[in-house]
Order: sequence, then structure tokens, then C-alpha cells
Amino acid sequence: MDAMAAVKQTFFQECEEQLAELETGLLAMERGEAESDTVNAVFRAVHSIKGGAGAFSLEGLVQFAHVFETTLDHVRNGALEPTADVMAVMLRAADLLADLVAAARDGHTVDSGRSEVLVGELTALSPGGAEAEAEEEDDMSDFSFTPVTVAFDFSDAPVDIGRSYTITFKPRPELYAKGNETVLVLRELERLGELEINCDASGLPSLAALDPEGAYLEWTIKLTTEKGEDAIREVFEFVEWDSSLTIQAADAGSSDAEPGADSTEDAFAALLRSIQGDEAAQPATTAEIIPLPSAEEREAVAEVEAQPTKAAAARNSESGANANAGAPQTIRADLERVDRLIDLVGELVINQAMLSQRVMEAGHVPGSAVALGLDELEHLTREIQDCVMAIRAQAVKSVFQRIPRLVREVASMTGKQVRLITDGEGTEVDKTVIDRLNDPLTHMIRNAIDHGLEKPEVRIAAGKPAEGVVRLSAMHRSGRIVIEVADDGAGINRSRVKAIAVEKGLIAADAVLSDEEIDNLIFLPGFSTASEVSNISGRGVGMDVVKRSIQGLGGRLSITSRPGKGSTFTMSLPLTLAVLDGMVVTVADQTLVVPLTAIIETLQPKAADVHGLGGGSRVIAIRDAFTPLIDVGRELGFRNTATDPLAGVAILVETEGGRRSALLVDTIQGQRQVVIKSLESNYRHVPGIAAATILGDGRVALIIDVDTVIANSQSDATILEPVLAAAG
Amino acid sequence: MIETTKHDNSSRELIAFRIGEQEFCVDIMSVREIRGWAPATVLPKSPPYVRGVINLRGAILPIVDLAARLGFQPPEPTVRHVIMVAQVGTQVVGLLVDAVSDILSVTDDAIKPTPDVASDMAKTFVRGVLAIEGRMISLIALDNVLPALEPIAA
Repeated sequence: MDAMAAVKQTFFQECEEQLAELETGLLAMERGEAESDTVNAVFRAVHSIKGGAGAFSLEGLVQFAHVFETTLDHVRNGALEPTADVMAVMLRAADLLADLVAAARDGHTVDSGRSEVLVGELTALSPGGAEAEAEEEDDMSDFSFTPVTVAFDFSDAPVDIGRSYTITFKPRPELYAKGNETVLVLRELERLGELEINCDASGLPSLAALDPEGAYLEWTIKLTTEKGEDAIREVFEFVEWDSSLTIQAADAGSSDAEPGADSTEDAFAALLRSIQGDEAAQPATTAEIIPLPSAEEREAVAEVEAQPTKAAAARNSESGANANAGAPQTIRADLERVDRLIDLVGELVINQAMLSQRVMEAGHVPGSAVALGLDELEHLTREIQDCVMAIRAQAVKSVFQRIPRLVREVASMTGKQVRLITDGEGTEVDKTVIDRLNDPLTHMIRNAIDHGLEKPEVRIAAGKPAEGVVRLSAMHRSGRIVIEVADDGAGINRSRVKAIAVEKGLIAADAVLSDEEIDNLIFLPGFSTASEVSNISGRGVGMDVVKRSIQGLGGRLSITSRPGKGSTFTMSLPLTLAVLDGMVVTVADQTLVVPLTAIIETLQPKAADVHGLGGGSRVIAIRDAFTPLIDVGRELGFRNTATDPLAGVAILVETEGGRRSALLVDTIQGQRQVVIKSLESNYRHVPGIAAATILGDGRVALIIDVDTVIANSQSDATILEPVLAAAG
Repeated sequence: MIETTKHDNSSRELIAFRIGEQEFCVDIMSVREIRGWAPATVLPKSPPYVRGVINLRGAILPIVDLAARLGFQPPEPTVRHVIMVAQVGTQVVGLLVDAVSDILSVTDDAIKPTPDVASDMAKTFVRGVLAIEGRMISLIALDNVLPALEPIAA
């Protein structure tokens, strides 16, 4: 069953990609950029999902995808104009399709009422009602002559009552190799009507010559059915491409489906030839024989195979199968393997540095042959490191793609008109960051629409267009990724923010704060400006949670706001979570790393500023605020006696809760980017230590977990509530 | 490990090492490599037998001082000391010992039950004893060397 689960997982991964493509395509159509490539890509995405879902018997998904696909087909063949109204329905249908896929994956169900409503709407869009059953021909319609077939079958299908067909079906070895089974096909066929099956075993070789994985049998089936040829073809839907199939109505002179099947065969032959490197390849239509569940992979194969022949390549680019023709080819790789590779390359860099140092120590001068060779080695290792890190990098597009749907939902819930503009989708960042970007970003977008933008009537009264604009952009800036969410709403209502902060006891009533300080009040825990608690962004989860989760990623969140013009939230994140900016310090001869994001400043304690509070605990006065001074060496058990604070350095840090403490260390070695290594994988969690890292000399240094060190120091020493003159 | 308690008559290989005057052995299948001693980074609030962590080709490897773990006087490690990198369940642990002495090929019936002694250490770690050329070698199981599986009283 594991193998099946793996296949299913692949299917759902592919669904994700198809859904993303679907959404991108629909949005392009909505903007009026409905080129035939786009429409084809959209159509194909839905079709692939349907095909895969069929293979896994996900009935609900298949049914909905089918209706969706039928409507899309009308757009594709020009019978339905993609107006704004039509596209709105389509986009909602895409959202539902995504929900159905998610439901199928996680094993829960989606409200069937919602599905029915959309099915109704989609069907209503179809010109001439819902009778269109075009799925099989859809696959074929990329062949230039098949539209004729479609037309013929349509007119023919309704009068097909009790006709008999002669079907010849000769599986090729590939059919079995893909796990299909003839008997299942025949059994399925039996459900359509009366069957008379003859098996032609004349192709069967002697046992000695028999290839156990070969296919030698041919079936001739006489079927009498009330269903049309479409129904028969549907039975063969997943095996047709790996077999020779002809379906002939008994009383018709010739079958119209045959050309399709034949050309498939031709295409297959062409594909074979191109695989064998035969230069005389026909203008192959290789890319077309792909509408099976694994379309994704086969598409890649088809593209690779098609490249040798120019004709095929040209065909590729004009067919919708490759709406993203020219897009780089990709492989799927296990993340663990990539991580292992990154680890090893990191070690290589350290080793190379150590080797260089030893060589210099051994008396080789720079410029000597050995030193030059080592320089070369250094260049190579750095380059390898860059390349390996780039493997994990992903465009933020995968996160941004989910935003349009979110905007639609929040806009309709709040009754606001919103236009989303995205920029810099191609900006790349490490996968670890991508994975954790979604939640804070979702919250920021909700916040921008719910709290930032005004209602349409308010906007019009203020002389702005009724439609608000939310701009989401990503860019690289000095080794970090910066993501901005900007709205053109009313901006922060500073007097109200201040009033609420006073009311909630967050600041003193007579506090004098700058505009910037007031803006930053919204990041304080327990602050929520929504006067009415909406179910969108007022769920008790305020911007403080967003800020904290961004800080947890080693990032920063800031806000700028102009009254009447709107607000901009800017989050800046490291390009990878695998590394951390840290301050390397020495405590009791141990090298430790303090995460830079927690640090506010460092200072040299003066005798006059340090005060004992009894019980061995001390505070330090920093700009009129008494801050607990925590002896890191003692706290971590590296030494038992208190250090002289005047001989050390105090690092002022802020905890997640926004409180400040000063960490006392012996010396500061410098600032460095370090690679985060887990302690838990081979040991276990160590209190006060977040993780470990490996320094340039190959030794392990521990990364301090600032929050727990502070929390522990407060629990084990009898420290009074820290005296803080001002919060924030 | 569990297989060390299995009793069949198949032959197996054990790796023998010295701690002070005594000899011990573990199943060779659980040992991944043997390397020289390198100074370890001290872990705060860890049991005394955990020497700290070292860098094993990019992975963080905890070092257990097997002498201290087994209740002997812990040595002051020198370059002549040896770290046996061993697989314990899903984790990889470095074991600090004085020296690796031998590779033994024995059948299971050569492994005699542990003599009845009161020592907790013997009960926790020793799975049997071997008599080879007049030496007594204790076969030890590694599942309990790390504190993670045995809550420390701190």
C-alpha cells in the first residue's frame, strides 16, 4: 500500500502545480490576456486533475472537474466569451477545485451544496445547456483534423440506441508496465452492454521466445450497447495510448475515431524513432499523447524526446501543452539529500580553509605552486557552495500565488473592492523560508484589507477610487529578502491607536510619543484596533503575533504610514533559515553565539550603573531603565562564581514578549553568519541552547536561546519583577 | 542493542576496547567509525559523563565518556584516546574509550550470562561476558548510554 500512497502523494503534488497554473491562467484571462495558449493551459490543468482523480476513484473531484472542464472547453472553442462575470465564476470554480483536491488529500469532505451551486452556475454558462460530453475528443482536438470528429460524434451520440460496435484492442507492453490490466477494461466494458469477446492468441510466440513482460494478445470485442461511442472510449481512456484500438460501429461504413487512434500510433512510432535517434523522424506530435495522470512527468519526457526534431519542437510551442514552453526543466529531489549535500559542502569549505592555513604554516609562501593550487581549490569550493545553496532556493511565486484567492475572499467578506498588484514574484529565497512565509503574509494581507482599506463609499467621499489597491512586492536587499504589503487606505489613525493603548494600559495616559512610536504600538501584545471584532483579522491574533513569528524566522517587521495615503508593512527576512546572523561571544572560555535579531545594543557596564538586588541578582541601569543583568556563564553552569560585570560586556536583548534584559558575557569576538545545526538529531534538547553551529576552525559553538536563558534566570534566582520604566 | 541479547548459534563479530584495566566489547555492526580524540564543546546542564559535542563532518556528535558512564574514574583525555562512533537507535553517538584492542569473532554460545553482581552498572549495560585467552571481556549494550532515554535526576 506504501507504493500506492507514494503515487497518490505524487498526484497531489502535481495537483498543486496544476492548480497554481490554473489560477495563473485564469487571472491572465481575467485581465483580458486570453491567448489560446493560456486557455489551453488552463484547460489542461483541469483535465489532468480530472484524469488523476479518476485513477484514484475520487468521484466528487472527477464530477466537478468534468463540469468545469466542459465549460472551459466552450471558452476554448470560442462558444463562450470570457467576460468578467464568466471569469468570476471560473475563479470561484478554481477555488472550489482546490478545496476538493485538499479535501481528497486530507480525507475530509467539502460542503456538497457549494459544489452544486457552482456546477449550476458553470452549466448555465455553457451555450446550449449541459449535454456536452466532450472529454474524449478534448484530448484529440489538438490534432488539426479532429474538430470534424467532435462535430460528427455530437450529432451522432443521441441516436445511438442499441448499436453494436466492433472493437479491436491490442495492448502494447507499456500498458501492462503501467499497471493497467486488460481484464479490468473488459469488465468495465461489460457494464455498457452485451459483449462477445474473442481473443486472438496467434501472435503468441513459443515459450522459449516469449518475453514475460511482452504483450501478445489481441482482443476482438463485439459490443451491443445503448451508450454512444463516447462511453466506450471512456472505458479505454487510460489505456488507449498504450494500445492499438479501433472502435467501429457495426452498421457504419467506417469509424471516425480511427484516424485519431491511428495518428496516436503514428505519434508513438515517431516517438520511438526519435528515442532511437532516427533522424528521419516524422513531424511527430509527441507532446500530444499525454493526457494521463502522470502528465507532468510524461510531458517532460515528451519535451526531451521532441527536441531532436525541429518540427516537433515547433509543434510543441504552438500546442497548449507547453504554455510555459522554454520554462526550465526540473527534477524532484528528496530534500534530505539536498540538505546532506549542503552539510557536506559546508564541511568542504571548512576543511579547505584549514588546509590552506596548515599549508601557510608549513612555510609555503603565497604564489608558490601549492598556494596557487589551493587558491584554485578555494574558488571551486565557494562556487560549489553557491550552486548547492541555489538548489534550495525557490521563487516566492509559490506563496504569492495563494494570495489572489485570499484577497477575493477577504474582499467579499468585508464588502470592499480590492485590486491586488504583485511584484517581484521571481525573487528567490530558501525553501525553509518559503514554507514559513505563508502565515505571516496571510495575516498581513488580511490586515491590509480589513483594517487598511476603507469601504468603497468612504473612499469615494475621500476622493479616491472605490477600488482599493493592495500592493505585494518582494525584492532582494543587502543579502535579505524584503517583502512589502502596501495599501492605499486611510493609514493609521494615530489618535485612536494611542487612545486604545492608553485604555489597555499599554502606555501611560500622558506619554509623549512620536508618530513612529505610535505606529509601532500596534505590534504590542494584546493590541487590536478593530472596534468590531471581525472574523477576518480580529481573532485575538494581532500584529504582535505576526511580528513574533517573523522574528522567530530571524526577520524584522516595520511599518510606515501616512494619513489618508495608506500604510506599508515591510518585513525583512534572511534568505535562508539554515543560517543565522549571530554575535560570537566568549563566556568562561566557551564560544557561544547570540542571535543578532534579539540584540538591541551592546555596552560596557560602568560601576555606577550596576546594582545588586540581593540573592546574587543584579540590574544595570540603561538610559533610566533598570534592566536585569544575567550572567550567562553562571546561568549555563560554565562557572559557579559571579563574574565582575565591569570586566565583561553587556548585551541588551529583547525577548519575544518585548521585555528587555542584559546578558553579561566576557568578550565579543565579532559578528558572523553561522549555519544552524540541530542538537536534537543525535542528542536531545539542552535548556538555554537553541542549536549548535560549526565555526571556521571546525569546532562546535552553541547558539544561545535568549528567551529560555532569561526565563530560567528569573525562575531560579529570586528576582523581583524586573523594573521597566517604559515598555517598548 | 537488542540483537546482543538474541541467542542463536550464528557467529558474530565484536569490537573490543579498553577502559582502564578492563575490557569491553560491542557488536561491530553498531560501530560506524573510529577516530582520535578532539576537544569537545561543553554542553551546559548535561550529566558529567557527557563530554560535550564535536563536529563529525557537519553533524553534531555528542561524546559520552564511557568510563564515567560505567562508573569508573573518568580519564583526562589525551590524543591517544579514541572515539568510537556508534549508531544507537536513530542517533549517532561518540564513545570515548582508552583504546580499541581487538576484533573478536565469536559464536553466541561463547557469550556467558552476566555473573550475579549487585552493581547497577552491570545490570544496565552488561549483556554477557566472554572468556578469551584468560581475559574477561564484558559485552555491553549501548541503548542506555545517552541520557535522553534515561531521565537524569538533576
